Amino acid sequence: MADTWTVAGRTFTSRLIVGTGKYKSFEENAAAVAASGAEIVTVAVRRVNIADPGQPMLTDFIDPNKITYLPNTAGCFTAEEAIRTLRLAREAGGWELVKLEVLGEAKTLYPDMRETLRATETLVGEGFKPMVYCVDDPIAAKQLEEAGAVAIMPLGAPIGSGLGIQNRVTIRLIVEGAKVPVLVDAGVGTASDASVAMELGCDGVLMNTAIAEAKDPVTMARAMKLAVESGRLAYLAGRMGQRRYADPSSPLAGLI
Amino acid sequence: MVHDGTISIRVNGGHRRVVAGISVAELALELGLEPTRVAVERNLEIVPRSTLAEVRVEDGDDYEIVTFVGGG
Repeated sequence: MADTWTVAGRTFTSRLIVGTGKYKSFEENAAAVAASGAEIVTVAVRRVNIADPGQPMLTDFIDPNKITYLPNTAGCFTAEEAIRTLRLAREAGGWELVKLEVLGEAKTLYPDMRETLRATETLVGEGFKPMVYCVDDPIAAKQLEEAGAVAIMPLGAPIGSGLGIQNRVTIRLIVEGAKVPVLVDAGVGTASDASVAMELGCDGVLMNTAIAEAKDPVTMARAMKLAVESGRLAYLAGRMGQRRYADPSSPLAGLI
Repeated sequence: MVHDGTISIRVNGGHRRVVAGISVAELALELGLEPTRVAVERNLEIVPRSTLAEVRVEDGDDYEIVTFVGGG
């Protein structure tokens, strides 16, 4: 049976979600998305460029009919800004599945959980299906789930830092406690970080900078695809226990 | 109001004059935008895409016109 995951009634095979920011060109972005195997990409909602309306658009390169666009509220620092942004996104795209992110400060881009929870409640009340960026706190994750978040997306490390999963214990606790999908969002720097997230039992990983800022984004996108797949397989396989000391692999009996 | 058949509005933070009586869809086209690829907010209220051709632009309106761009 295929190993799929489902969020808000929609089923996906790829467990890697990639961002579409920071790329050198739309062509490179599209090639990286293809190499990553991602079925979902995050996108931002911004003012159209009225001074130059004829310039190429993301939708010319990444087809929203083939790849699910997940509108994100990156850059919003209050619940109101995020809600306003997603109402526009719903009108622009026509879908309810969105990613909510309400930031607390520019330096760390840590989420403001009070505003995030407030925005989640309002959005759910308006029929949105929010996947929610949050701190790696199992209690906050539970509160978001109770408020109607369709996926919990704890940070592994600050956005764009590439520091990897800083707290495996809290990510694992969130995974164990959640009834909705859990995806690490932010902090992945290289392939092994993505594998760690998947080995902890996460349903998926979301990343942008780790691919976009690699020297060769398309090759890194493929590395991330493989890392997510292998991390997932390792999780399903069930890793061996850890020991404090050595344990020989060859039989001790029959030694000459 | 200037009596030359135009009205004053704001679009994405910038001032503009347009011919009185046009619809929001016509405004988008005048700006070089494909109405089906953008979302429009008029005085902080969403203008549903299905009504873009019916809603009239009025003097003093404040518009935000957005679309999807690359982002994380």
